[in-house]
Amino acid sequence: MHNPQLNKDGKLKHLLSIEGLPRAILNQILDTAESFTGVSEREVKKVPLLRGKTVCNIFFENSTRTRTTFEIAAKRLSADVLNLNVSTSSQSKGETILDTVDNLTAMHADMFVVRHSQSGAAHLIARHVAPHVHVVNAGDGRHAHPTQGLLDMFTIRRYKPDMHNLRVAIIGDVLHSRVARSEIHALTTLGVPEVRVIAPKTLLPQDVEKLGVQVYHDMRAGLKDVDVVMMLRLQNERMSGSLLPSAQEYFKCFGLTQEKLALAKPDAIVMHPGPMNRGVEIDSAVADGMQSVILPQVTYGIAVRMAVMSILAGSNDA
Amino acid sequence: MTTPLPEAEQLLTRLAEQLRPVITPATALVGIHSGGVWIMQRLLKLLDMPLAHGTLDVSFYRDDFNQRGLKPTTRPSQIPFEVEARHIILIDDVFYTGRTIRAAMNELFDYGRPANISLAVLVNRGGRELPIAPQFSACELPLPADKNLQLLQHEDGRFYLRLDDQA
Amino acid sequence: MKIHIKNGRLIDPKHGIDGQHDLYIAAGKVVGIGEAPAGFVANQSIDASGLIVCPGLVDLSARLREPGYEYKATLESEMRAAAAGGVTSLVCPPDTEPVLDEPGLVEMLKHRAKQLNLAHVYPLGALTRQLAGAQLTEMSELTEAGCVGFSQADVAITDTLVLWRALQYAATFDFTVWLRPEDPYLAKSGVAHDGEIAARLGLRGIPAAAETLALEIIIRLVRETGARVHVCRLSTAESVSLLRQAKQQGLPISADVAAHYLHLTEFDIGFFDANCHLKPPLRTQRDQQALCAGLADGTIDALCSDHAPVDDDAKLLPFAEAEVGATGLELLLPLAVKWAQDRQLALSTAIASITSRPAAIIGLDAGHLGLGAVADVCVFDPAQYRRIEAKSLISQGKNTPFIGMELPGVVRYTLLQGQLVHQA
Repeated sequence: MHNPQLNKDGKLKHLLSIEGLPRAILNQILDTAESFTGVSEREVKKVPLLRGKTVCNIFFENSTRTRTTFEIAAKRLSADVLNLNVSTSSQSKGETILDTVDNLTAMHADMFVVRHSQSGAAHLIARHVAPHVHVVNAGDGRHAHPTQGLLDMFTIRRYKPDMHNLRVAIIGDVLHSRVARSEIHALTTLGVPEVRVIAPKTLLPQDVEKLGVQVYHDMRAGLKDVDVVMMLRLQNERMSGSLLPSAQEYFKCFGLTQEKLALAKPDAIVMHPGPMNRGVEIDSAVADGMQSVILPQVTYGIAVRMAVMSILAGSNDA
Repeated sequence: MTTPLPEAEQLLTRLAEQLRPVITPATALVGIHSGGVWIMQRLLKLLDMPLAHGTLDVSFYRDDFNQRGLKPTTRPSQIPFEVEARHIILIDDVFYTGRTIRAAMNELFDYGRPANISLAVLVNRGGRELPIAPQFSACELPLPADKNLQLLQHEDGRFYLRLDDQA
Repeated sequence: MKIHIKNGRLIDPKHGIDGQHDLYIAAGKVVGIGEAPAGFVANQSIDASGLIVCPGLVDLSARLREPGYEYKATLESEMRAAAAGGVTSLVCPPDTEPVLDEPGLVEMLKHRAKQLNLAHVYPLGALTRQLAGAQLTEMSELTEAGCVGFSQADVAITDTLVLWRALQYAATFDFTVWLRPEDPYLAKSGVAHDGEIAARLGLRGIPAAAETLALEIIIRLVRETGARVHVCRLSTAESVSLLRQAKQQGLPISADVAAHYLHLTEFDIGFFDANCHLKPPLRTQRDQQALCAGLADGTIDALCSDHAPVDDDAKLLPFAEAEVGATGLELLLPLAVKWAQDRQLALSTAIASITSRPAAIIGLDAGHLGLGAVADVCVFDPAQYRRIEAKSLISQGKNTPFIGMELPGVVRYTLLQGQLVHQA
């Protein structure tokens, strides 16, 4: 099947999902991001790469954090940035996603950064946009959050350069997590030999092992000798109901504490995509502890998004 | 081409001798990836002076980004010294259109305001498209536009030049 | 009007006919097979050399979208599509707007269809008012108005007591109840089979158990009430074996499968292809194989199109929000022929699954070409392939997962009661 993310020369045209991207492209993004980290430390934190281009952040689902990092990234590339929060109310007036996209295309936007609550929204937009427009998926439903997956890989590579020799555990609500899906695909594509998921059965998708992961339901077994611990956020509304009895019980069984972390390798790093629920999925002592790389993750997010945007913007068909 | 290409190692020595007189404690060498960085490293050895130095990858400043996109590999630029008021010698292997040098100067200015910038190259092949020219070049070798001149390294690290037909 | 269809290969599964026989039609009926009746002089003769002559197709599920959804399709557009697909009898589910729960609405629909006279239309009445699953409809009245059975379309009855009583009441009059087995809670907001693809794409899953659990309840209730139930749109391998057991026990139960499920699996969703947003969801290859085998061995009685024209705007949405359904009337014959080809089955097996077998479920004297039968006839070229393209479809619904595919079987002539209603 034709991969809608690549152009006819096999270059990255849209970033919609990590799944299906060749390892070389992931490495190109990570290497380019490495070059951009220096830019943020200079006197002038800008490069002229996207001068004259318009990047449009269309957020059908609110997320100030993610939108801000994309905005900073675009501005450091000298692009003009347009932010659009499409509230659900204006959608219910009958304007469809594609109407919104058409309107912005008419204003000569060159790139759309899209966040939507429905899986597949970014694919739909990418199928529909004019040939010169690039689409970056900033999170679609439960499907994918590829830039988060990439910045997590960037972080891991900084601390554990030999990806071929790692054991990684992803812990928490995999079922509803676009971050988890992107992380799993990124890790397996980059050649990490052992990826584990640890969660109760109610928070795992059916057939999740077909994504190339080993399934654990017990933190103590799952954390044993891992190099990287990747926590997932648990949404408030899922903490008590038919998925889980309570946040307390969840923390007891699947929350990351110093004591459980001690089962991982001594130099294991701890990651979280944020925002954290302290005392629900992660203990504060761990979140703020020596092994936590949660803040560097945020920093690297900008360089990774700069890399993605500049690679996409430079992949126009001749 | 029947005339043999100049010996790159000889050009390197010649360039070092050209630069030696102008170097002061305020001088910094900046090599442009990748040929310029190789030359800079050899110059540092030949000159045998404790000079400030750095590297530039001008990918993010190129004027052909819209046509050609980003190179598959970029390396971080590293300017580990204060650019402000510095005498900077930019170093590249082959001088051609001058566009790379423009990009490099733009990038340098994003680090600070140098006192002056000069340009040193191994070969000036002619064909500039901008009002930029090298102050120091070890060799003038005018070439037609359909030729591509490249600096390469032997396995033992010695330099040599190669001339190809433009792809 | 007397018509002579000559030189064709006549396939009439009900009578075990498969051979070179001419067909003679007069006054809307079949008057001769192989041999002209005495004194027969044709007004028109159709040369069917190299073509197959078979009964007009009987489709057990085609949404015509009238009344209420004329922006998606109209009776006229869809009946023309039926004629183009060789379909001469079609059963339509009651989920129109308003719902077919009153005799007046059914009479109106029958009347409109009769005026157009492109296919026989057999409505299913709603089993409960508004399909709300609470109050029974006037089944006797609706039957008199022309309903051939009673259905909940895609709306499950959540209250098992209501379902029990509905079956008891229908059994009183020997009406057939049509049910699509799906547990409403397990299927709630699901949009894809709960398996690998749903896991990858982050789509809400509908487990196979949603169907089998509901089917087990239906089978149990059939046993308790003696009601005749037609189970619609099976999608899982497990359902096929449950059904097989139920039939072995002699329960009055029949079933159909829609043509998509013989050819597609969850993997065809690809990168969120909304044309594959179907109910029930496309499932695994194992399920697909079992459905194909079940239809071939007769466990599943009939093949239907599950025709559901959807307007483009309703499909140009993220997968889960895109409306369910695909156009199918013009694809039923090609997909049946392809099924027979892929599985190396006799063509007559494929034709039986879309003619005599579905006709038997509605208790209709149709789907065959015996002497004296109504001359609903389909003449098609089994060797010709057609590329399915939106613009060449007559249905107002242009969405189908088969767009761009080459499918065998091109309909040349469709006759309804001895009248030519389609020619290509």
